[in-house]
This record gives sequence, C-alpha cells and structure tokens, in this order.
Amino acid sequence: MRGACRRMIFASSILFAAALMARPAYSQVDLSGEWSQPPAPDNTMDPYIGDYAGLPINDAARLRADSWTAEKWTQEEHECEPHPADYAPRSPGGMRIWPDLDPLTQEITAWHTTVYWMGAQRTIYMDNRPHPPDYAAYTWAGFSTGKWEGDKLRVTTTHLKEGWLRRNGLPRADKATLTEFFIRHGDFLTLVSIVKDPVYLTEPLVRTEHFVLNLGYALSPSSCIPRHEIDHPRGWVAHHLPGTNEWLTEFATKYGIPVEATRGGAETMYPEYQLKLATLPMPPKPKESPGRTK
Amino acid sequence: MVVVLAAVEGGICAQQILNDKEPAVHVLHVQGRVYMLVGAGANITVQVGDRAVLVVDAGVPQMSEQVLSAIRTLSQAPIAFIVDTSMDEDHIGGNQNVAKAGHFNLGLPGEATGASVIAHLKALDRMSAPTGKKPPVAEDLWPTDTYDNDKWELFNDEAVIIEHPHAAHTDGDSTVFFRRSDVVSAGDIFTPEHYPVIEAQRGGTINGEIEALNQVIDIMVPKEGEEGGTYVIPGHGRLCDRAEIVNYRDMVTIVRDRIEDMVKKGMTLEQVKAAKPTLDYDGIYGADTGPWTTKMFIEAVYRDLSQSKR
Repeated sequence: MRGACRRMIFASSILFAAALMARPAYSQVDLSGEWSQPPAPDNTMDPYIGDYAGLPINDAARLRADSWTAEKWTQEEHECEPHPADYAPRSPGGMRIWPDLDPLTQEITAWHTTVYWMGAQRTIYMDNRPHPPDYAAYTWAGFSTGKWEGDKLRVTTTHLKEGWLRRNGLPRADKATLTEFFIRHGDFLTLVSIVKDPVYLTEPLVRTEHFVLNLGYALSPSSCIPRHEIDHPRGWVAHHLPGTNEWLTEFATKYGIPVEATRGGAETMYPEYQLKLATLPMPPKPKESPGRTK
Repeated sequence: MVVVLAAVEGGICAQQILNDKEPAVHVLHVQGRVYMLVGAGANITVQVGDRAVLVVDAGVPQMSEQVLSAIRTLSQAPIAFIVDTSMDEDHIGGNQNVAKAGHFNLGLPGEATGASVIAHLKALDRMSAPTGKKPPVAEDLWPTDTYDNDKWELFNDEAVIIEHPHAAHTDGDSTVFFRRSDVVSAGDIFTPEHYPVIEAQRGGTINGEIEALNQVIDIMVPKEGEEGGTYVIPGHGRLCDRAEIVNYRDMVTIVRDRIEDMVKKGMTLEQVKAAKPTLDYDGIYGADTGPWTTKMFIEAVYRDLSQSKR
C-alpha cells in the first residue's frame, strides 16, 4: 500500500512537472505602463522636404519622395491616415502599453500599444497564432506576433499597409516586414525596430526609440474625421512632376550640407561617409529662406 | 479543397484548414453577407441571401468544382445570379459550370435550370460575333441577361447595385456594390498586385480607368483612422479598404500625369520608356515577364494619351 502510494505521488510529481514544462514561458518583464518620450533623433516630428540623409533608400524611393508634396494631406482621403506601426512609436506623444491576461492561467495572451497620433492602436499576439494569408486585409498596425527572447520581447509584423519611412514622402511598401525588440531597463524602455523593404530599401533600416516610464502621464485623446477643407477637382492627386520640385535642396542649403548627402542611400548611414562628405561641394548659402513646407 | 477564414476588423482568425495537397479555393468572410473566394483565377465574390446566392465572377472552368464546394460551405440556397465584371476568361471561364449548378426562377414548376448570368451589353458585344462568324468567346459562357445603361439594381436581402464604368479596363466592365454589407466588388479596374490592364483593343482607356477608380472611391466610407468601413474586393489580389484603392488611384493618376506631360513635350514612346515614368512604383506593381508587363502598361498609356492629343 505504501509502495503504491509512493508510486502515485511519484507519478503525480512527474505529471505536475510535465504540466509546468508544457506551459508557455511567462514574460520576463512587465512592459505595461505609460511611457513618454523625448523627440525622435531623426526629426520625424518635423522632417524637411528632401532630407533623406542616413536612410538606405534606392532610386525608386528617391523619385517617389521627390514627387511628394505636403498638399497630399489636403486630399480628403488622406487627411485621417494614422501612422503605421513602424512609424507610430516615433511620433510625438508617448505610448501606453497594456496586456491581455488569460483569466484562468494568468498568462499574457497579447500586448496592446497605443500612441497619441490618431490614437493608433496595435495588438501583439503572444499565443503563437499564425500570421494570416496574404489575401487577407492589410492594416496600419499590421499583424504582430511576439515571443520572449530572454528579457527582450521580439515582435514580428506583417500585413502592413503602405506607409512612410519619414513623413516627407519617403515611402515604405506594403511588402515590407517589421521586426522589433522591446527592451526594458527599469524605468526606461528601448524599442529597436528593423524594417526590411524589398521595394524601397537596399539594406534593413534599423532605428531605436527611447521611452521613460511616466506614472503621471496620460495620453491626450486624438481622433479625426475627414472633411472637405480645400477645393480640388474631383480625383485630384497631389504630386510634383519629375524635376519640378523646387524644395528639394532647401534642407541642404539651410544647414550647409552637401546636397548629395541629403539624397540618402545606404552609404550615408555609415561613419566612413564623413570622409566623402568632406570632399563634396557645399550648397550656396541662402539669400532668404523660401519657407518651410510641412 | 476549401479553406475558410474570417476577416475580423482588419485582423483575421483561422476557422478551418483542410487538406493542403490539391489546388485550393480559399474563402474569406469580408463582412455582412459577402465572402471572397481566392484561388480560382480572378477573385470571386459570393453574396449570401436568405433564398439565393449571388456570385460575382465565376473564375476559371477547371476550378468550378472547388468553387461550388466553397459556395456550398456558405449556403445551400440556389445560385441565382452571376455578375461578370469583365469579359476576361479568368472571370467568365466558370460561367457555364457555376450557372448550371444554380437556377434563377425560384420555386416555379418546370423552371429552366441555370442561374442568370449578368453583364453589361458591351461585354456581350465583345464576346459574341455576327451570325456565321466565330465568336471570340464560346456561346456557353455568354451572359444571359445584359444591361445597357450605367446601372442595374437588384435586391438579394440587400441592395445590389451594378454599375458600368464606361471605358476603363475594357468598355464592358461592371462593379458591384453590396450596400448593406458595405462591400464593393471592383473587378479588374482594381488590381493591387499589378498595374491596371488597359485593353485598348476592347475599349479600355487610362482616363476611363482613373474615372472608374474614382467612382468606386466615391461610394466608400472608411471607419475612423482610415481603416475598414467599406471594403473592396479587387479583380486579383488581397482584400482592400479605401486607403489602398486611394493609393492605387494616386499611383495611376501620377503615372498618367507624367506620361501626359512627356507626350505634350513631344517625346517618343522610346524616350518615355527610357525616362522610366513608373520607376518608383515598379517594385510594387511592375513585372518584366508575364501577361501584363510594365512595358505594356507604359505603351498602353502612351498610345492612349497620344491618340487623345490628336
């Protein structure tokens, strides 16, 4: 009897251990909270027309951005576009992060984030679900799944609507994928994002964004309903014909940077480029700034 | 094989995945009564009414069995209507097979079998030929009912509005708007996987294409954040909402404007091609091989605009 009991206890222990091992790993770090941020290092809040420096873009991206005009935002259909997931954390206004919990297991089944601009929200599924097929709808947030790698949350995002690398016309295609790492160090959060875009980038674009835990912080509400603001002919599309955008050198001229460097490309990302930069002709100083277009 | 998925607020959840060995028809619930079938040639739209099923485009004939199986996972009601958005084989090839499986005259004794196949009159004109001449399309695939003005309205548990863009992909196109479900089936005027196919020999024009896209955009209303709301099922490619068809319209308009400017400057077709007026979009919509290449698109736009200039 005692032997049978010991065998039962042993078997139960094995089952209990197996059950523990079979459970998905808990998150090592709690990401939830209100996070505020300093301005983004690459001036995403207020980018200049024609500033492509430090971005590994190709000629297709360059032509698309050269053709872009801020009048696009006066097209009613574009007025209320939120930032896509790869750009949203770089917009001003901080970020809120919160989890979904399974009420029975208390495991985190998803993380949610929201940012100020247009209240853009996204979900990062933690339940190992597959990504949808390619014929499913794409969204601004894309479809994100997360997995802990040590104390870093690795997030993979597909199904992103076409967006922008920088809000001055530099495009990011819907064929792009986004990999992110959420890394918390106490009251600081670092978000590393890696965009791979086979259409507009020659190399992955790696960016970081830093946040500070702010217990007294509250996101301001932000919403948008498209409305007719400026008269345009029906079907009018804002763009510059090739070779007609007079603003492209404004940034170079104002800051005394060689125009070639502002045209971007992978080369301009690396420190060695400083050697070449020193040999490039400087633009003439402006007589009077033509003003900024945002 | 049939694979059923459901679109949920722009996201998606897998509901059923079966055998993956054979060619598959995938079923995506768009919203309301409308589903999108993928994998049978052109995208197929299925609208499920309480007493009848309406199908937009019938796909290629060799996939008809799978298409019918997919429809039967959604409803046992008879297929009453098939609407052809164009006269292309990958849209109408399954007309006969799918129509045969349905019937239009509901509940009457001795009724004729077969669904009503609807298209614009100009589509029928392009498929048929004068008596004694061989038609370009076999008679079995022709529409049984045509409309010859701009619009035809039906009701199948919701308003179904069929509209005719005049000269877009061809001059026989139709779009279908399911008003309560809030879904538009756009046919080949919207193909987010490639540049629009402008079939000049069948009445297609670049300006008609842009007008057709604007007509569809005009009836679409997005939810907050420019997402969801009205969905659009393209002729080929993924399910889209307004933001994406707007981007496509923007692209087509910008390319038209560039080539038009070059035509006005007197540039030859070779000079226009060398100037690469589509360079910034080729990675998304372009192709060097296949039935519709970037070169063919540029040629079609150039020839159309050159003729308009004269």
